[in-house]
Amino acid sequence: METTQQFETVIGLEVHLQLKTKTKIFCSCANDFGGEPNTRTCPVCLGLPGTLPVFNKQVLDYGIKIGLALNCAINNVIKFDRKNYYYPDLPKAYQISQFDLPIAKDGFLLVPSLNNELKKIRIHRAHLEEDAGKLMHDAVHPYSLVDYNRTGTPLMEIVSSPDMHSPQDAYDYLQTLKLTLQYLDVSDCDMEKGSLRCDANVSIRPKGETKLGTKTELKNMNSFKAVKAALEYEIARQTSVMLSGDKIIQETRLWDENKQMTFSMRSKEEAHDYRYFPEPDLVPFTISDEKIQSIKKMIPELPIDKYHRFIEHYHLSDYDARLLIQDAPLADFFEICAKNFHDTKKICNWLNTQVLQELNERKAPISKTLLTPDNLIMLIQKTDAGIISNLAAKDVLKIIFETGKQTEQIIEEQGLAQISDDVTLEKIADDLIRENQKVIEQIKNGEQKALGFLIGQAMKKMNGKANPKKIGDILQRRIFHG
Amino acid sequence: MISQEDVQYVASLSRIHLKKDEVECLSKDLEKIVDYIKKLESLETANIQPTSHVLPIQNVFREDIIKPSLSQKEALHFSIEQHQGCFKVPKIIE
Repeated sequence: METTQQFETVIGLEVHLQLKTKTKIFCSCANDFGGEPNTRTCPVCLGLPGTLPVFNKQVLDYGIKIGLALNCAINNVIKFDRKNYYYPDLPKAYQISQFDLPIAKDGFLLVPSLNNELKKIRIHRAHLEEDAGKLMHDAVHPYSLVDYNRTGTPLMEIVSSPDMHSPQDAYDYLQTLKLTLQYLDVSDCDMEKGSLRCDANVSIRPKGETKLGTKTELKNMNSFKAVKAALEYEIARQTSVMLSGDKIIQETRLWDENKQMTFSMRSKEEAHDYRYFPEPDLVPFTISDEKIQSIKKMIPELPIDKYHRFIEHYHLSDYDARLLIQDAPLADFFEICAKNFHDTKKICNWLNTQVLQELNERKAPISKTLLTPDNLIMLIQKTDAGIISNLAAKDVLKIIFETGKQTEQIIEEQGLAQISDDVTLEKIADDLIRENQKVIEQIKNGEQKALGFLIGQAMKKMNGKANPKKIGDILQRRIFHG
Repeated sequence: MISQEDVQYVASLSRIHLKKDEVECLSKDLEKIVDYIKKLESLETANIQPTSHVLPIQNVFREDIIKPSLSQKEALHFSIEQHQGCFKVPKIIE
């Protein structure tokens, strides 16, 4: 550990985001995931001679929206360029991308990190481009198969500055970026489906050095956890190379999830010489300030702003605020509850535990379930008043999710109301004291646990419907005061 | 000076196979072309906007509306080889 402290890590991330438009970026084929191979292609996205790309209006709007949310300057004039390379997933042998006039540049993202500080990660640029096709190969067969369904899917590539200094930094940045993009509703942001992909550039340098070291580019990570693990592995590898006196080679390395290591992608990588030039098949595009302003108005409150507001306005803990903003519909639900019920901490306790658990099981946003703010508040109030036990409340919540019935109705139908009436509880207490003389002695000797045991017995006798606080009080009074 | 290696390199980027006499001939031609570019570069262009497109048109858009795609059979029609609905190509990662 001591030797690695000599070095500082520098990380920059490139995120490719598939935009969820109805059609592809330059043709009218459906923009979708999966399906039979090569069933969503046309002469344009197959790159057949004589065809012309036409830019999808919606892609531009989404691009501007993302750029603005990342605090970028939007270029008033943009154009597309050809990035030339031969690879079977690219039917035209060039990718239409943006070179010197990207849609957005010079932004930043504020990233809450573990110790409550906000880190500012600069966004170098963000540009629009088309996705390539999907290549499939296995270890057995001597060929590769190509599916061009994905070809032409609109992508926004978001390039950060090299502002991150640990795998955790990179992880936090990705979490915040993904959440921000989810709030914008411009992409599925699903790494498993490949709608959000991340490549990482990483280098190390001696502490105090200002020049960047030689970087390697890491690819093939399928989750944020994998990005973190790949970076950890790579930093350790680079450190040991440096310490042994060797030089880092600038190269692309692939992450192997099974072996948990990176390996050099030697195979077909020739020197990249993309020979960018302006795409002659597409005219330039101007973006007016009015257009930028009108899209700005469509940007909802972003997670970082919501986070601050929740802490200030509702006095939530960092933990509760952080958890709530992860789920925009849940955060909205919380706000409606908070309007009608003062104890925000209690609302959070329910939302961030049982409710969240139900949502995860159902894989549905809260807005698509049968739980309403009123019903949840009623549930909290009934529990607070001791009318139902905490345990019973959990059951009621489950039934609400299943049936949408009112809290009160469920309590009545299921007979969940706690028995708080004195006569019944006093009798139970009497019985228990008579049957458990040994335990009573223990309680008299100050063993609190023993009282808990008795309360448990009372619950058992009454099928879990005794009000535990009340029976506890009665037992104590009887034992100590007769 | 455009060397024969330069010519070979540019040719390889475009997957063009050249014979030896073609390489010699092309290196001279390319030399002339690059010289001409140098001549153009000597012009004062500081106050001239770069032309990224020859037509005086901007903002040609398409609405985000789906139109039918080709069938799988049609899409694969020009493939040299196909397998399980995919284009079959030489293996690219060993």
